[in-house]
Amino acid sequence: MKNTIAERIQDFLKQFPPFDSLKREEILTVSNEVSVLYVEKGDYIFEQDTPSHNEFYIVREGAIGLYREVDNNQNLVDICDVGDLFGLRIIIIRKNYRMSAIADEESIVYAIPAKVFKRFIEENKEVNRFVLGAFAAHARNYYTETEKGQRIDNTISIEVANDLSELRSISYSKKPVSCSLEDSIKYVAKKMTKKKVDYVVIVDQNKHPVGIITDSDIRALVATGLFSPEVVVTKIMTAPVFTYSKKLTTAEAQIALIKHGISHLCITKDGTRNSKLVGILSEHDLLVSFGRNPSVLIKEIKRVKKVQRLKYIRKQVERLLASYLEQDIPTAHILNMISEINEALVVRIIELSLKEMDTSPPVTFSFLVLGSQGRREQLLLTDQDNAIVFRDVDEEKYESTQNYFLELANKITKGLHTIGFAYCPAEMMASNSRWCMSLSKWETQFRSWMTTPTEESTLLSSIFFDFQYVYGDSGLVDRLSDVVFEGVNKSNRFLGLLGVSALQKPSPLGFFKQFLVEQNGEHKDTFDIKTRAMLVLIDAARILTLYHNLKGLNNTLKRFEKLAELEPKNADIFDSCAKAFRVLIKFKTRQGLLHHDSGRFIKLSTLSKKDKLRLKRCFRPIRDIQELLRIRFQLKSLL
Amino acid sequence: MQLWSKNNNKNYPDFWKEYLELFNTQKSKRSQNEFRFVAFDTETTGFNYEEDRILSIGAVAIKKNRIDISDQLEIYLQQEVFNENTVEIHGIRKNNGLDKISEIKALQLFLEYIGDATLIAHHASFDRTMINKALRRQGLGDLKNRILDTGTLFKHTKHLVYLTDPGKSYTLDELCNDLKISKSDRHTASGDAYITALAFLKITSKLKKDKKIQDIRELFFLK
Repeated sequence: MKNTIAERIQDFLKQFPPFDSLKREEILTVSNEVSVLYVEKGDYIFEQDTPSHNEFYIVREGAIGLYREVDNNQNLVDICDVGDLFGLRIIIIRKNYRMSAIADEESIVYAIPAKVFKRFIEENKEVNRFVLGAFAAHARNYYTETEKGQRIDNTISIEVANDLSELRSISYSKKPVSCSLEDSIKYVAKKMTKKKVDYVVIVDQNKHPVGIITDSDIRALVATGLFSPEVVVTKIMTAPVFTYSKKLTTAEAQIALIKHGISHLCITKDGTRNSKLVGILSEHDLLVSFGRNPSVLIKEIKRVKKVQRLKYIRKQVERLLASYLEQDIPTAHILNMISEINEALVVRIIELSLKEMDTSPPVTFSFLVLGSQGRREQLLLTDQDNAIVFRDVDEEKYESTQNYFLELANKITKGLHTIGFAYCPAEMMASNSRWCMSLSKWETQFRSWMTTPTEESTLLSSIFFDFQYVYGDSGLVDRLSDVVFEGVNKSNRFLGLLGVSALQKPSPLGFFKQFLVEQNGEHKDTFDIKTRAMLVLIDAARILTLYHNLKGLNNTLKRFEKLAELEPKNADIFDSCAKAFRVLIKFKTRQGLLHHDSGRFIKLSTLSKKDKLRLKRCFRPIRDIQELLRIRFQLKSLL
Repeated sequence: MQLWSKNNNKNYPDFWKEYLELFNTQKSKRSQNEFRFVAFDTETTGFNYEEDRILSIGAVAIKKNRIDISDQLEIYLQQEVFNENTVEIHGIRKNNGLDKISEIKALQLFLEYIGDATLIAHHASFDRTMINKALRRQGLGDLKNRILDTGTLFKHTKHLVYLTDPGKSYTLDELCNDLKISKSDRHTASGDAYITALAFLKITSKLKKDKKIQDIRELFFLK
């Protein structure tokens, strides 16, 4: 029978992943089974610690907040907007909800029965990948609250380059907790508690796995009084167990867990039940490896064909970032990972834009990112600063060549804008003809900035000397850095001028050690963490790197590290600058995630006393490094 | 018009007998959760009860406060009467490729579908009368279901102070605007049935929030 309503629902669903990778008829079978819910602000869709519904949800209109209650505090974990799915993961692993879904405003939500969707998870690669992604994104829900000490195998793996399709990148437990057929439940429960695990595998005399007992078995069968804790484990174990060999891929493991509705897979020597138990892979292990490993996202980025989809991935990255900040992962690692992902995003957008061009590029070119992205210090999406350098062409061909690259740059900057990198208000972008030039014009430009510095050129060069090659002909970029260092060697005056600009940044604290806030404008009464604190450190690190002729060193933290090595007598200052910078960048990112902006302008009233003290402690190194610059370049005479 | 004596039902088709049977059984065991509502709408050749005919019926069920898309009906009728003027509104021409069924078949499907559900329609008296006229043409009786009118229910969500004109009749478009319901698929029977269902959910939710009703069954007693 014709079902116009289901067709309209189909029209809606097909815009959003994972439905965008399904065929029309397939989405229709899903939409035919949808039920439509209307909720008002404050209404629950599901409640934490209640059994999961046999359905998941997509927001049709409005917004749904996901909250996790810990010690009577409702913590907002996520806000789902139109097109966002929620409650998906839980239906697959069939546990109690770990969060509550509460309408943030008047909303319409589609409920999709799990059973109509499950077959797509098994059959459709894209959907499978999406579900893996959902696992990754939601992994952070496990870690937003500090639940440390819960598990001993809670290790952090930061392996960016690992190939995740192999099991070796999953940290499955190689020392599975096991017991014999004769042991009592009580004995086993004690063992589980001691080892802090939620399972135990029952093995026979040959160490072959026979059955498994999990926390929930003990809860359901023993705590309820059905079985006494004194009986042998074989009475309540689940048998036989599902066994796999070590060669199992993550995708296979994922599907196995979903298909059998279980939480643990036994790894045996030859993959059968009749061989020795060598490991155990839990749903939790899988989750951890997805949630913590950005290489899944990078791989996905490389495959994506639509810019819209990249935008979605970038959103997931932000979630990942939040989880990194919650854990105490070193800032340098976070910076590294997020930069890898950002770079992959930019490269993919360039590739997609090149495909859209009618012809291939007339000459080779190089795409550069500048500023914070160039220094690989960009955690949140900020403005895009970028440029194109192309190989020299004959005079008469210059205009047409430049026009080609401008058109390309337009597509690229538009793509970047779509995924969330805002257009640079100062138009420092490759789509501006001033920032899209041939190599020799760029050389001339750099030389003129350095030999005849003006106020504007010192500002510009602070952006342009932190460039990072992203795509294309890397030889062009190497040539540009050569020009920079040649220029620096000729004229210390240029460094001096850069130094002046670092000293002229407004200071963070007033005479009475109070925070100095912005006096007027849009951000009145906020503390500008970028201008008043971070920029001085960034500028100082750059100037001193140029001073030492250190090539290919763009990152502020790495710059300070290297400087400490080169100038042992000032190592303390450089170390404390690096430390301060790490703290500042975390501050800015946390603020940004909290307020959905760049985090640059901080409302002091939102900071705790402890935070304010931590922030103030960062200002001492700033004063020290300014003093160092003043002496080194005899800046008093220039000021 | 044919006159039937009350007891002379030997000529009734089975589906009508079964439909009537539903209303003879005890309903006391029915709890609120089992309550099934059906929002429906008819597209017609015009607004004259005697001359105009039903061209299509769209309906969708509401159970446990949710619209259940799998529980829906969408049928198109073969009609000899045709009105050039209303084609512009609903877009249904005499033959436009849709699978069309006879009026008697449509009524059978409709009655089997609605069963003893409570019906919901916007300006329900129009749709009810159109269906009743069709039933009579086929020699059958009137609809037995309880019927709620979203037009009337909506007025209960408004405070008397804001009802400048208590006698005012709200169109479905006005309802959509006020309740912020998207108006896509307006003027198809299914589209309007869906919109009516959404409006019903929103209205009952508001009435509950305002403590005008506590239980969905109280809808029947609103004055």
